[in-house]
Amino acid sequence: MNASIELKNVSKSFGKKTVLQEINLSIAEGQIYGLIGPSGSGKTTLVKMIVGIDAPDSGTVRVLDVKVPDLELLNEIGYMAQSDALYPELTGKENLDFFASLYPMKKSHMKKRIAYAADLVKLSGDLGKKVSAYSGGMKRRLSLAIALVHDPKILILDEPTVGIDPELRVAIWNELFHLKSEQQKTILITTHVMDEAEKCDQVAMVRDGAILASGTPAELKRHYGVNQLEEAFLKAGREQR
Amino acid sequence: MRIAALVRRIIKQMLRDKRTLALLFLAPLFVLTLMYFFFNGNTVQPELGTVNVPESLAMALEERGMIITSYGQATEETVIEEDLDGLLALESGRMTLTLLNDDPSLAKNLLAQVSQTVLLASGQTQPIPLEIAYIYGSSDTEFFDVLSPVLIGFFVFFFVFLISGIGLLKERVSGTLERLMATPIRKGELIAAYLIGFGIFAVIQTVIVVAFSITVLDVVLVGSVWHVLLINLLLALVALSLGILLSTFASSEFQMVQFIPIVVVPQIFFAGIFPVEGLADWLQAIGRIMPIYYAADALKAVMYKGQGFSEISGDLLALVIFASVFIVLNLVVLRRHRKL
Repeated sequence: MNASIELKNVSKSFGKKTVLQEINLSIAEGQIYGLIGPSGSGKTTLVKMIVGIDAPDSGTVRVLDVKVPDLELLNEIGYMAQSDALYPELTGKENLDFFASLYPMKKSHMKKRIAYAADLVKLSGDLGKKVSAYSGGMKRRLSLAIALVHDPKILILDEPTVGIDPELRVAIWNELFHLKSEQQKTILITTHVMDEAEKCDQVAMVRDGAILASGTPAELKRHYGVNQLEEAFLKAGREQR
Repeated sequence: MRIAALVRRIIKQMLRDKRTLALLFLAPLFVLTLMYFFFNGNTVQPELGTVNVPESLAMALEERGMIITSYGQATEETVIEEDLDGLLALESGRMTLTLLNDDPSLAKNLLAQVSQTVLLASGQTQPIPLEIAYIYGSSDTEFFDVLSPVLIGFFVFFFVFLISGIGLLKERVSGTLERLMATPIRKGELIAAYLIGFGIFAVIQTVIVVAFSITVLDVVLVGSVWHVLLINLLLALVALSLGILLSTFASSEFQMVQFIPIVVVPQIFFAGIFPVEGLADWLQAIGRIMPIYYAADALKAVMYKGQGFSEISGDLLALVIFASVFIVLNLVVLRRHRKL
């Protein structure tokens, strides 16, 4: 399988603080890849570099065999930021319309995609409301719909299920599985919830700007001789020190 | 078309924010009106002394609300001692109006009233030539007429600067700017969309402010109204690009407001409300780097002196250069978000 996302020796620091240190990462096409780690571990900086809105100090990032940043490449990336980047004065529909129209799409196709994305996150009935009247979970869902609206090959979701109720979370995960198996999408997801990490094909444990370990959840548990991914994470952290 | 999508979004956002719209369109009118009343405060009846003036003329002057005192003989000293605002004297067929001119707006008003009355009283046959003398200052010291072109330019600059700056700031703070950078939009498209989106509102504001000043406030406009609009539109463009640029260096709306005393207020001092000629050379040189200086110069030239396009082309060029420099700087600072 080809690597859709590849990072080589990527380092980044803000001032004196090193945020990421010599990160090497290879994500195969058609996988759900999870980055797990506590907040402040550098997950968000890492995904921003893959999207191209943050630049590494050294090292290279390649997505779909194209060096990041690249404008054309952004057509193939759907990004959901950690904080909801929405226009509160506008309705959900207007937000979707706006972001969709930044991508090259035919009008009729755009309409279908908007309907599909809104339906996926169960917001079809609330699209006429202003986003300022949305709950936290609704905003999160709208952000996810926006990330999906242009039908990108790669989805990069930064903490997508924070503030979303369990039932909808299951629904979203089912849809992610569906996107992976039916449409061969590559999905990179960050999370600090261990049971979500279990659902990924591959996980990388991130801590203090470094990848402690990576592999399938089963491999990691076997390697550390534990039953829970959480324990594997803690063990890996202790070994590092 | 990405720019069109952005422009539509900016317009929608603005239209939903009624208070900001009101600030943009009505606040300049409110302040201008206030200034107008203060500088044209005619509640005081002007006191005019007369020497040898025909009874009919004196009556006509009194009808216009002046307090007329007749003297057998009077000089400039009389005016000062008797605390008069002016003295109208007829001597061997020559009419002389001596103005105290300690308050230029009052003196100007008095002059206009007297010359009109004299013209009317003398009838069609032979207008008596009116000679004007000033005790303090000269005919150049006419305050609101000089002030109003500057004020019009200033308000256009100020409100466009503030609202466009905060517009982009909101985008930055809420994370939507970064989110936009994750779409294939070009930085040039983003800047262009902001200039167009807010530019539309700036144009409307400019038209309202200029129309209100000329029709309602009766501000003197000798030159072409189109030139006035052109100057203000260029100034609005400068304000727009500067506002967007400076919003980069602010992390909240409050910090944006903090730019007002640093960026906006000093420009008032160099805009021609206060005389610049007497200042030290290096201070005058500072005035040359202020956009409002050029806009005010051009506005005064058109509105007050009635000059044409060739006289203001230098000022217009300066404004175009300011806007271009700010737009290029905007593209540079957006590199912080994405290298492309």
